[in-house]
Amino acid sequence: MTTLLADLPFEPIMAVLAIPAVAALVLAVLPGYRLTARLNVLATLLTFLAALLLLEDRPTPGEYLFVDDLSIVFIVLGTFVGFTTSAFSASYIAHEFDIGRLTPGNLRFYHAMYQMLMFAMNLALLANNIGLMWVAIELATLTTVMMVGIYRTHEALEAAWKYFILGSVGIALALFGTILVYMAARPVIGEGHDAMVWTALVEQAKNFNPDLLNVAFIFLMLGYGTKVGLVPLHAWLPDAHAEGPTPISAILSGLLLNVAIYAVLRFKILLAANPEAIAPGPLMVTLGLLSLIYAGFMLYRRRDIKRFFAYSSIEHMGLITFAFGMGGPLANFAGLLHMTMHSLTKSAIFFAVGHIAQVKRTQKLSEISGLTESHPVLGWGLVLGVVAIAGLPPLGIFMSEFLIVTSTFAREPLLAVALVLGLLVALGALFLRLGQMAFGKPTGGVGRVEASYVPMFAHLALVLAAGIYLPAMLVAWFQNVARLLG
Amino acid sequence: MEHFTFDVAHLLAGLMVLVSFMLLYQDRMFGLLNVFALHAVVLSLSVAWQAYIQSAPHLYITAGIALVLKAIIIPVALRRVVVRLGIHRTIDTVGGIGPTILLGMGLVALSMVVMLRATAGADPLAREDLAFALSVVLLGLLMMVTRRNAVSQVVGFMSLENGLILAAAGAKGMPLVVEISVAFSVLVAFIVIGVFLFRIRERFDAVDIEALEEFRGERQ
Repeated sequence: MTTLLADLPFEPIMAVLAIPAVAALVLAVLPGYRLTARLNVLATLLTFLAALLLLEDRPTPGEYLFVDDLSIVFIVLGTFVGFTTSAFSASYIAHEFDIGRLTPGNLRFYHAMYQMLMFAMNLALLANNIGLMWVAIELATLTTVMMVGIYRTHEALEAAWKYFILGSVGIALALFGTILVYMAARPVIGEGHDAMVWTALVEQAKNFNPDLLNVAFIFLMLGYGTKVGLVPLHAWLPDAHAEGPTPISAILSGLLLNVAIYAVLRFKILLAANPEAIAPGPLMVTLGLLSLIYAGFMLYRRRDIKRFFAYSSIEHMGLITFAFGMGGPLANFAGLLHMTMHSLTKSAIFFAVGHIAQVKRTQKLSEISGLTESHPVLGWGLVLGVVAIAGLPPLGIFMSEFLIVTSTFAREPLLAVALVLGLLVALGALFLRLGQMAFGKPTGGVGRVEASYVPMFAHLALVLAAGIYLPAMLVAWFQNVARLLG
Repeated sequence: MEHFTFDVAHLLAGLMVLVSFMLLYQDRMFGLLNVFALHAVVLSLSVAWQAYIQSAPHLYITAGIALVLKAIIIPVALRRVVVRLGIHRTIDTVGGIGPTILLGMGLVALSMVVMLRATAGADPLAREDLAFALSVVLLGLLMMVTRRNAVSQVVGFMSLENGLILAAAGAKGMPLVVEISVAFSVLVAFIVIGVFLFRIRERFDAVDIEALEEFRGERQ
């Protein structure tokens, strides 16, 4: 196997970027949506395989690109969710086309943008340069804005506009933070390119001016935090999830929010390397806890199924930020595990929501009920997904939430009380709505589900398997990354 | 000579803060667009001056983009949008002009205190440039939250972005400045096209949840 790899004429790190970039160009010009949908799946599958190769064959850090233990977790997870979502999207989008919500031109645009988004996210994760990472995240924002607005309804345009403005302000603040990091690095590393390269920055961070780094981190945290969807900067997130096509909701929750978390984590490592700078933890803990509790209560007021699960994403992003903010090997490990489990579970839930919206022809929670009776497979799939996201055993999220709560109890009991309160509030809301949707008298459409169930159950099976048994290799891998995060 | 280069850089950056204040009190759409064009001209001069004193020719590209795109093309395009949408009369503001200006002065004082303290060791030219740039960024943010109308929000965003370009140009030897200013230009172009194509008149207020929920079936 390894000799075969050595003979191959390509570098996996380039393939992870080149495949989506080329696919975006090809899909932009090819007509015929059945073909392009399949090519889209093929391209994401190849990207995922190339990302797996990166596990084995890690290139030496270059000027612009590098792979390390932290980014590889995000890349493998991201390309996997990108692949399964494209498989879901192929059948979902075909149905949207059949019922006339999208035109052939829309579809071409959609598939090209899908690949552009994969390219931008992979670039952000692989960038060894804080400026390049910023540009990649901006590109990812732009492509998702366009996909959110694809239905061209008043609501969709409004959601896209709001996402655009808030996202732009977020990345503008992040750029200011990036410039400040450069200013801090310049006297130590010297002028020019090197003062923006990650590997050089982390090595020298202990000599940087701590005051400048502090101010920079505040801007970076607020800027990239907007993209994570942390309260009070979350206003774009529910609209963007609700009004765009469902595969994009899955991508946003399962992927894009993770990329933003990754950016925050990178700068956290940088600050942690400087002994005189402020500890970045408390800021992250505060924002995370605030998001968790706020979203938990807001869940009760939702009337739209996609907005409901979008608020659940805010809650979980808060929890992940909280865990990374607490720091230490155990909390970081739990945060990584939770992020992985949340990505898989939430995208599975959005796959289910897509099926539901298509058969019931509505997104209103009050008009959806009795799913387990009218569509047993779909209904029980949703039940399984919601049970998983609520954090009940034996599924994967139970384990990660358990680890976060116990490690917090050991260190900051008061914070743990607030944390558990937030989790319980959200649990109540999830089961209240699940009861209405899954059980009771069936209402609304009874049509057959046109799209494939495979991606949804594949994700849920992984989450179940992780809850019962985590492979020792995976545990060792995550522990290693957790140590790196400090 | 040393003093002279410093003073000119200082003058131009300070002028940008002043023009940002002028943006805050405009109550006519055309006036707003004219002042924004002035903002972009001052930015362009400021970046060109930085290019000259740092002997960094690539910054002239950034200055050129600022001049052509932001001082000419975008104001002209927005003027046509304004005429077409028929919104050239007045601008709805949240809160009065007076309190907004006072708040703006507070923000400038804040950015001076924060930046000058944080960069105590850095060279004076860069640190004062950075303090002015942060003032422009914060004033742009203030403008975005105090205007209800989409076009003036866009102008607020662009003035914020001018502040970022000022900061990037002032950070001596920073790589990717040109690339970043191009990336921002793409962003701004998208915003303007968005407003133009979709006739977005009102901003969709993040604070005003009431109006949004009514719309969205969030309320039964």
